[in-house]
Amino acid sequence: MAPTEPIVEMEDISIEFPGVKALQNVRFRLFPGEVHTLMGENGAGKSTLIKALTGVYKIDSGTITVAGGPRSFSGTADAQNAGISTVYQEVNLCDNLTIGENVMLGHEVRSPLGINWKKTHEAAHEALVSLGLGDLDPKQPLSSISLALQQLVAISRAMVTNSKVLILDEPTSSLDANEVEGLFQVMRRLRDQGVAILFVSHFLDQVYAISDRLTVLRNGEFVGEYMTPELNRTELISKMIGKDYGALAALGSNRGRAASADGTPAFYKATDLGRKGSIEPVDIEVHAGEVVGLAGLLGSGRTELGRLIYGADRPDSGEVTIDGVTSEVHSPMAGLSKKIAFSTENRRDEGIIGDLTVRENLILAVQARRGWARPLSRREQNELCEKYLLELNVRPSDPERPIKNLSGGNQQKVLLGRWLATKPELIVLDEPTRGIDVGAKAEIQEAIAALAEDGMSVVFISSELEEVVRLSERIVVLKDHRKIGEIVNGPDVTADTIVDLIATEGSAS
Amino acid sequence: MSTLIDRPTQGAPATPKRSLRSRLTPNLETLPTLAAVVIFIGMVIYGEIAYGRIVQFSTISNLLINNSYLIILAVGLTFVILTGGVDLSVGAVIAISSLVGVMLANAGWNPGVVMVLMVLIGSAFGIASGVLVQYFNVQPFIATLAMMFLARGLASMLSTTPERLDDDSPIRALSTEWKVVDGPKINDLITTPNVLIAALVVIVAFFVLHKTRLGRTVYAIGGSEQSALLMGLPVVRTKLLVYVISGTLAGLAAVVYTSKLGIAQNITGVGWELDAIAAVIIGGTLLTGGAGFVLGSVIGALVLGLMNVLITRDGSIPPEATTIITGGILLVFVLLQRLVVSRKRKT
Repeated sequence: MAPTEPIVEMEDISIEFPGVKALQNVRFRLFPGEVHTLMGENGAGKSTLIKALTGVYKIDSGTITVAGGPRSFSGTADAQNAGISTVYQEVNLCDNLTIGENVMLGHEVRSPLGINWKKTHEAAHEALVSLGLGDLDPKQPLSSISLALQQLVAISRAMVTNSKVLILDEPTSSLDANEVEGLFQVMRRLRDQGVAILFVSHFLDQVYAISDRLTVLRNGEFVGEYMTPELNRTELISKMIGKDYGALAALGSNRGRAASADGTPAFYKATDLGRKGSIEPVDIEVHAGEVVGLAGLLGSGRTELGRLIYGADRPDSGEVTIDGVTSEVHSPMAGLSKKIAFSTENRRDEGIIGDLTVRENLILAVQARRGWARPLSRREQNELCEKYLLELNVRPSDPERPIKNLSGGNQQKVLLGRWLATKPELIVLDEPTRGIDVGAKAEIQEAIAALAEDGMSVVFISSELEEVVRLSERIVVLKDHRKIGEIVNGPDVTADTIVDLIATEGSAS
Repeated sequence: MSTLIDRPTQGAPATPKRSLRSRLTPNLETLPTLAAVVIFIGMVIYGEIAYGRIVQFSTISNLLINNSYLIILAVGLTFVILTGGVDLSVGAVIAISSLVGVMLANAGWNPGVVMVLMVLIGSAFGIASGVLVQYFNVQPFIATLAMMFLARGLASMLSTTPERLDDDSPIRALSTEWKVVDGPKINDLITTPNVLIAALVVIVAFFVLHKTRLGRTVYAIGGSEQSALLMGLPVVRTKLLVYVISGTLAGLAAVVYTSKLGIAQNITGVGWELDAIAAVIIGGTLLTGGAGFVLGSVIGALVLGLMNVLITRDGSIPPEATTIITGGILLVFVLLQRLVVSRKRKT
């Protein structure tokens, strides 16, 4: 691509929030007719940079040049007027209005007698056609179309304003493969029309499929700008996390499988554990210091089994012995008192309490175990925070910050800390690495391996089979709400082993 | 702005035509409003059969004349409720505005100036509510509740006895009865300037909500304020403005009401804000915002007015039971809305 003049040029951008340097001397260029991906871990400053460009945040120093002139925007509307449109991860449209109204909101065609709805809908249709969405009826309610199509409708708003710059902040996170391909077609079409596109995504495959140029950020600092074909994946990941990817890949591979083999009785043993309508009776045992993975497709009963072990749901069959004692785990309270902890897959709704601080979120489970009558002193709280924020490398490590302001990976670490603070002997982790970037993922995996090393029993649930294989000593494979087999991990076990087992419909068990 | 994106230029784009059937089937948003219309017509028919003399000029005229203030209030509240807010101060604003108006008029002020002032008192309270909501991030319920107490308190400080407007005051001219159609006996179609004011308010409100960007922004905020903000719509200005509109129309309602009754008192308008909210809800506007029609609110106000007429005609229903019936109708409509919302979720 001929290096023309960049349409957006950000130089030496710094933004400081109280106590945190969110961006330090970051530079970023965006060329017309190019897809430029912004890469970095959660909390690296990608969102902050976008918000600096669109005027949501004020920059403390640096210059922003758009189309040749220095600019500073005072908000989304302002940036939009200058031809910069933004489409966010969550679809930001009004689903009480029609498709056409959403496309044209704020840009309705007006005549002396008010809005001309006929012309407005025509213009909406035109914008949709230019993205290849001509078969959408602008007069249908927005709520009648899928999330993926809504995402595309949001992009077509950019067509109405003749945007020269389109910012797509993680638009693919809730789309399936076909929908992503549809989005990419639209992006390519726009790119060929000369639009400059800033793209953010966690999915490396997508990044390599669509982008021409990459800028990598780490901890709010500029790492480098690269042409995509000149940087391979391993290099990219090392640049993002600032350490060698090889170390990450080697993690856990030398873990022994002694724990289950040496004949000691299991710490947790359940026979015929089940619940009608959620999972058929399952035998499962977890030894001290062992990681047992639960593998299976989405909806195979992984989460349900995890919840039964902890007591979040009441099992209606089965016998459980914990540390050799027959026990009943019928409620979360019972689970906690038996030193079982459960970290949910639904981080936002069942995990964090967004408006509370990191400290308050972290001590929640410990406090719940003690009961309301015996509050933790502030000193004890601070000690717990200090210990776990440091141990799990939570960034920023400020315990008084509302947890909703942390990135997903760091929220997950706080949640892990919450359960570790209860000193459990068995911890059930349901999708602890979902939706977080590769660096934080590695840290969480390391933490899990370290916990097992210290003698804790771990039940690890993940839809990423590689991750399950890497961490677990034994893998319980589930399908259609029942256990179809159990694999003892070894050098010759790979994700394919599990896939084969699922594919052959449990005949192996 | 230079056009870097070339639009395909293959003639005039034809919007896909919808089938006649889909045009005729009411969509879910209009369902509650249609229900209000059906109930209103049902009440008219029932009244005509059971008591008679409902479908005639004089009854219709009186319905409009007696409820023009409520229609104006309901229109103002429609704006606020469409954004997902609420304005509890309008009843109390009527009290302070009409008291100030009557006292100034009796003190010899120019009636034109007095009427403008009465409207502006409403606007001032609207601005105060809007600023509290928008800039101090106070819940609309609390902000307008505070304004309600403030307005009511100020009114009580001014006077606790009824203030009577001189019968020859030009303000009362707004309730002059104009005979439009001279029917047999007293069955005339009459109207007053007040009714025309209310009609004008409704027409302007309809235009603003459906034909201007301000109106579309009101709906967008009701749908999702966050989205509206990110789409670059003037959310701050619009949210402020809906409270100003509601306050101003409360001031106007005070003028209309005072001219009709000729008396102002500090306890005037107690509970009217709730009547107006009820009218808006019955008219099919979602209390959570984003869906509804100003014409629905008019129907809602007329349903309430007609209900009072029917209860009076019936004679066997104690007037005290009116509120029970209002409550019942309101409940039916809220349940209907829940049904619509849950149906919508499913699709």
